[in-house]
Amino acid sequence: MHYRWNWGVLFVEPYFGWLLAGVTWTLLVAGAAWIIALAIGCAVGVSSTLPSRPARVVATAYVDLFRNVPLLLQLFLWYYVLPELLPASFGLWIKRDLPMPEYWCSVLGLGCFTAARIAEQVRAGIESIGTGQRMAAAAMGLTVAQAYRYVLLPLAARNVLPPLTSEALNIVKNSSLALTIGVLELTGQSRQIEASTFQGIEALTAATVIYVMLTLCVITGMRAVERRVSVAGTLGRG
Amino acid sequence: MRNLDWSAVVHALPFLWRGLQMSFVLVALAMAGGILLGTIIAVVRLSAPRPVAALAAGYVNGLRSIPLIMVIFWFYLLVPLFIGRSVGAFTSALIAFTLFEAAYYSEIMRAGISGISQGQMAAALAIGMSRMQAYRYVVLPQALRRMTPVLLTQSIALFQDSSLVYVIGLHDFMTSIGIVAVREARLIEFYLFATLVYFAICFSASRLVKRLQRRTATV
Repeated sequence: MHYRWNWGVLFVEPYFGWLLAGVTWTLLVAGAAWIIALAIGCAVGVSSTLPSRPARVVATAYVDLFRNVPLLLQLFLWYYVLPELLPASFGLWIKRDLPMPEYWCSVLGLGCFTAARIAEQVRAGIESIGTGQRMAAAAMGLTVAQAYRYVLLPLAARNVLPPLTSEALNIVKNSSLALTIGVLELTGQSRQIEASTFQGIEALTAATVIYVMLTLCVITGMRAVERRVSVAGTLGRG
Repeated sequence: MRNLDWSAVVHALPFLWRGLQMSFVLVALAMAGGILLGTIIAVVRLSAPRPVAALAAGYVNGLRSIPLIMVIFWFYLLVPLFIGRSVGAFTSALIAFTLFEAAYYSEIMRAGISGISQGQMAAALAIGMSRMQAYRYVVLPQALRRMTPVLLTQSIALFQDSSLVYVIGLHDFMTSIGIVAVREARLIEFYLFATLVYFAICFSASRLVKRLQRRTATV
């Protein structure tokens, strides 16, 4: 194995700046996608437990559709196919006038993909409460909306936190797929450094270490949230 | 919206079929290797001496905290360096997927083994089996059976993830779609067709797993 080591390459310009830019883009993609994923995921997850049949059908269809197509292909659909299927003027606007279409497409794609997974967690979280609470709420005269607002959702939210942590980790990791449609996030930048310096091991190591650090940050952050909202007297560690 | 023309897709079918076969072979091999290695890791984590168990835990947690694309790039770069000659995209992708998925399969197997009552292990040891034999003949068959639906669900995810070999240009289904889509300048038709194929495969597979789950849920 003859390989010229040169760790210094990571700390000289422009490569250090490339890595920083990569981290920034990873956070921008993952963060914006996370907001979309939480919003759609909660809405779809709640709909799939509602008494109304159409709401359940729509929610199930959403989850089935977005969970059974690879994320890579979904990104391609958002980036290459969607602008063509929209009305011509709107498609043209996406391709020509929207700044950084690749960024917005990867945010939407990653957000909608993760939303389907979050919806499943939310549904499981609500179903795990059992029907007793739901019936008790109905017996007290709460409407369906009130039962969700005051009884089911507060309980479900706490159940859902641990699986949400792993989805938050997944979204950071999955944001690396944005490189396939041209977003130079962390993985993309490390490939770029490899291509222009031939120091592949150093570049990939740097990106890997940064991903592990991001993971640790997400875990610590979510643990803090869990502690803050834990209910006294349950088995969850407060 | 321009007119769709599916004749290019029909012409490309034999090429795409070869790509799909490549995907299936990659997934089947990575699944077999991943479950085998994952089971070994799970057993090591649960019953090897502490330092070795910690090493196995570090392997699992380390791999689970980096993106699959990174792992694919790592092995594409490292395997030739270690072996001293280039081995091609298939071999390096297979190694990457096997080692990566082993981390996920091992978490599933660990949950499966942890769910078996201690009495089973105690009984096996009491009739004179060694620990290895107890795992081999008593614990693992039960854990494997109990976890089959979850292992299969993970394998469906593996099938979807296998599309990522696109980044190293291995001619699986996704890469083949990308190649002909650009060559025929028919991105919309080919990507929609790929969506249909992936959806049909993954949706029916997950339905089958659900049915299996209901059948085995009585235990």
